[in-house]
Amino acid sequence: MPEIHVAKIAQFPDGERRIVKHDDREIGVFHWEGQFYAYENLCLHQGGPACEGVMMHRVEDMLGPDRTWLGQRFSKDMHFVCPWHGYEYDLKTGACVGDRSLKLKRFDVVRRGEDIYVVAG
Amino acid sequence: MDLPLSDFRRQTVEEFDTSKLLAHAARQATERGYKNFPIVDVDSHHYELESFHEILEYMEDPVLQQLAMSASQSGAKGNGVMPGGVGYQDMGGRVTRYPLRKLEKAEGDKHRDITLTKRWMDAMGIDLAVMFPSPMLQLGLHPQIEVEVALSRAYNRWLIDRVLSHEPRIRSMLYLPFNDPEASYRMVKEMGSAKGVAGFMVTSARHRPVHHNAYVKTYALLEEMNLPLAFHAGYNWNDQAMGQMNKFISVHAIGFVFYNMIHLTNWLMNGMPERFPKLKVIWIESGLAWLPFMMQRLDNEYMMRSSEAPALKQKPSDYMRDMFYSTQPMEITDMASLEQTFRMIKAETQLLYSSDYPHWDFDLPSTIYDLPFLTEQTKRNILGGNAMKVFNLDLPAGKMAKVA
Repeated sequence: MPEIHVAKIAQFPDGERRIVKHDDREIGVFHWEGQFYAYENLCLHQGGPACEGVMMHRVEDMLGPDRTWLGQRFSKDMHFVCPWHGYEYDLKTGACVGDRSLKLKRFDVVRRGEDIYVVAG
Repeated sequence: MDLPLSDFRRQTVEEFDTSKLLAHAARQATERGYKNFPIVDVDSHHYELESFHEILEYMEDPVLQQLAMSASQSGAKGNGVMPGGVGYQDMGGRVTRYPLRKLEKAEGDKHRDITLTKRWMDAMGIDLAVMFPSPMLQLGLHPQIEVEVALSRAYNRWLIDRVLSHEPRIRSMLYLPFNDPEASYRMVKEMGSAKGVAGFMVTSARHRPVHHNAYVKTYALLEEMNLPLAFHAGYNWNDQAMGQMNKFISVHAIGFVFYNMIHLTNWLMNGMPERFPKLKVIWIESGLAWLPFMMQRLDNEYMMRSSEAPALKQKPSDYMRDMFYSTQPMEITDMASLEQTFRMIKAETQLLYSSDYPHWDFDLPSTIYDLPFLTEQTKRNILGGNAMKVFNLDLPAGKMAKVA
């Protein structure tokens, strides 16, 4: 399977993302908390550039022991958001947050020396 | 520009280009061959407050104009003059075109709104778009009726003069200052034949009974001029009923059908389709899922209480099948239900594609083109053919032939 060069690791800091192209396919590669994740840059909703949107932590409700609502906060889980309509995806799994049975196509990422490649298979 | 993100992070963005944002839409247009048939978007938007100072130049009342100019100068554009306020259309910055649009460059001599509109139209493969304002969708809630009239007159005159007269691919259904029936009538009389005017639009978020006798002569005039009347949905968080909800998602989901449900019910139960049989009525931006509910609910009650709606000669749903509906935001969550809805509303002749771009819940033409239960001809009807008949539109000869 073809390996597409993404970046020199030194030029791809943690917290950033790159979009690479292979034939007609676009792949978003994320560097997050020391790991790399790659997904097809094609939103499952209407085909937007899902991997190009902002990265936002998951919003969660805070409930008290008596189940009263105490407010909201950002959790540690990171999402990226399709800029077209706001579809959110779990950065570590590619699952659509609104329906986790839906997942973006995932690609393997390999490190060879000082370079990062995505396996565009 | 710095976008505020979660966990106190920031993302710096230097530029924004609609063509780049919609590159995947352009690819869809090519793959599906949209160039082979006309696509008409019956509900799209621009941000009129970006041209607010220009619009205020068209305000005829010198006192109101000075008041609006001063208020607008003191704070954000429209501040102090426009109703509305609380709302999170940009989804906390997740829908990035909201904050980033101010970075977009618009070269050329034409008005910025024309350039930016044609940019997204070209990307999506849309030939002709009906343009509506954005914040002014809440102008019907203005506590001063005279300000609704003055602002809408200024906006309509500006729109004709600065946009519609210069770009044949952009049309509009002009804002009717519905809280003043006489002013509404005068608006149709004065501007109904202007270049680019495809009809008139009532912003639905308001509290006026659409069947009131005061509107009858306006409906008659629209019918006589063969101009459609549209009810464009909107939300109003200040409504007592909506005020019970604490989330924008709730207010938006319910608000955008709430007022149109009321107006549609009044329209039907007062026999308006019988009284104005040739008046084309379009219900805009309430999606489609409300229609089977309304048909069943109203038919069921009508069969028992027909004496309260004596003007009707058919069931409410029969009249509803003669009305027109814009597609967006189309609820594609259950394909079988959607197919049933298309059958119930006679979508092949009554449904009109709309994008609502650039708003957050826009729909691409592929939302129609990719539906598995439609024939190619029905897809083309919904995407453009039906609208061309409703609005008597002209398009380049090659595309016209595809409709015929």
